[in-house]
Amino acid sequence: MDAATNTPPVRPSRLAEFWRYFRENRGAVIGLYVFVLFVLLAIFAPLLAPYGPTEQMRDNTLMPPAWQEGGSWAFPLGTDPLGRDMLSRLLHGARYSFFVGIIVVVVAATGGILLGLAAGFAPRWIDTIIMRVMDIILAFPSLLLALVLVAILGPSLLNAIIAIAIVLQPHYVRLTRASVMNELSKDYVISARVAGARLPRLMFITVLPNCLAPIIVQAALSFSNAILDVAALGFLGMGAQPPTPEWGTMLAEAREFILRAWWVVTFPGIAILVTVLAINLMGDGLRDALDPKLKRS
Amino acid sequence: MLRYFLARLLTFIPTFIGVTLISWGFIRVLPGDPIIVMAGERGLTEDRYNELVTQFGFDQPKLVQFWNYLTGVLQGDLGQSFVTKRPVWDEFFALFPATLELSIVAIIIAVVLGVTAGVIAAVNRGKFLDRALMTSALVGYSMPIFWWALLLIIVFSGNLGWTPVSGRIGLQYFFDDVTGFMLIDSVLSGQKGAFTSAVRHLILPSLVLATVPLAVIARQTRSAMLEVLSEDYIRTARAKGLHPARVNGLHALRNAMIPVITVIGLSVGTLMAGAILTETIFSWPGIGKWMVDSIFRRDYPVVQGGLLLIAVIVMVVNLTVDVLYGLINPKIRKR
Repeated sequence: MDAATNTPPVRPSRLAEFWRYFRENRGAVIGLYVFVLFVLLAIFAPLLAPYGPTEQMRDNTLMPPAWQEGGSWAFPLGTDPLGRDMLSRLLHGARYSFFVGIIVVVVAATGGILLGLAAGFAPRWIDTIIMRVMDIILAFPSLLLALVLVAILGPSLLNAIIAIAIVLQPHYVRLTRASVMNELSKDYVISARVAGARLPRLMFITVLPNCLAPIIVQAALSFSNAILDVAALGFLGMGAQPPTPEWGTMLAEAREFILRAWWVVTFPGIAILVTVLAINLMGDGLRDALDPKLKRS
Repeated sequence: MLRYFLARLLTFIPTFIGVTLISWGFIRVLPGDPIIVMAGERGLTEDRYNELVTQFGFDQPKLVQFWNYLTGVLQGDLGQSFVTKRPVWDEFFALFPATLELSIVAIIIAVVLGVTAGVIAAVNRGKFLDRALMTSALVGYSMPIFWWALLLIIVFSGNLGWTPVSGRIGLQYFFDDVTGFMLIDSVLSGQKGAFTSAVRHLILPSLVLATVPLAVIARQTRSAMLEVLSEDYIRTARAKGLHPARVNGLHALRNAMIPVITVIGLSVGTLMAGAILTETIFSWPGIGKWMVDSIFRRDYPVVQGGLLLIAVIVMVVNLTVDVLYGLINPKIRKR
């Protein structure tokens, strides 16, 4: 209790300030709620799903959703060509999407921030080398690069994650470097230097926290990009492999049935769209809340 | 200006070498023997294996191999396709017009609709129209376009029967390539109905490909317009009693277009990535589909050559945008 009262009031108020700005953006708050709902569905998928994601009920193939003629509430969103329950597969699919999003963001952001800091603090020639390498990666369209990487590493969800993390990383490097460059000439950094702070302290404790705002916004963006790209790779047959209930892979399997069974195509796509939309709405809210230029003082 | 241009050009060279190194290195550095992979399940006799190793030069030192590849590339030699035995260069440029046509139509759709939507949203800031447009833009931006393509096929090809599902033109039409652009060639051929057929084939793929750039351009135009609309000279123009349409359309939009042009240039990468999905779904015979097919066939010379050429195209477009930007905005040149 004492510890709590002793902490300076700056931190909680900063969070409160952030929340105040974030809340002003109604879309962002809706996005946040949808996102939390999806996270909960993903976590509790095994408890919520009426069937196993790969359980085949051969007597009930291509059942339409419950509200349509011929549907049954035993399969609320219908079944796929192999008689698997769509709802159960979609719920389990949410786990893959969030897993992918989190791993990609963590890997790409960690690598990107470290390289960006290095480029910002290091001598000019190291900076040049790092940035040229990033330029080279950025010259390739991300999906194409990921596709080729996965084709060579072998199609699997893990390889798709590695490929997408590599492809998204240069954005973090550029952002971090630009922010670092901006901060380096400021008085507080110079005074920390004069006070004898060593390089690691300067990098991670003095400068990095002040560079985080654009990186957090970028994290939201790449979270949704990662989900889209992994679904695209799955759709092209280079991501998660059947029978994994990954949403893009489900769409690929459903392709030949598009004109006969709309639900096998529609629902996985809606799941991807709603998730990505929710995250992008949150991203917009984060940008508004964290970007000082738009703040009304 | 010349100095700025030369400086930009100088950074192009190391990036080009790097891009070549990556396209070339993928197959050699990453695990998996390309020759074994290529042979597939049939397997190879040891003699044939050694023969192929010599044929592809895999027995030479890596540096020599890369040097040979790089000098070959500079002379327009990207090797031969394993499957068709035709030069990769020829295959690329035979298919490229299809992708170019699709991309040009898509970018026109994206710019026209995107800029219009952005301006309307900015002028009606905070009103219902603004919110509706920007929500649609965010939905478009979040859209998994491969799913969007399937939906459009269900509605327009399946239910309504308005558009064909695949290809560039109806099978009953046949004429020689003149420009490689189906829209132009079909008119030149003089065959009745050929142009309509080409348009009907083009409309869905180009809409799908335009979706994400359209959303990005609409959002960018809106924020650029808002920024410009708060400037003093706009207030002056209004105070002078100029017609609002003239203020918004002429004074504001012209300056708001500067950042928008950059976005348009940068969406070339997005277009190429989108072309991969769009062309695969609509069986559009362009670069994207060719790359995906080659990846599945393990046709490595095509994969590395295509990767390199696509990257070079993206780089050239970015360089052009940078130079144009320098022409429009002298402040940039100083940096």
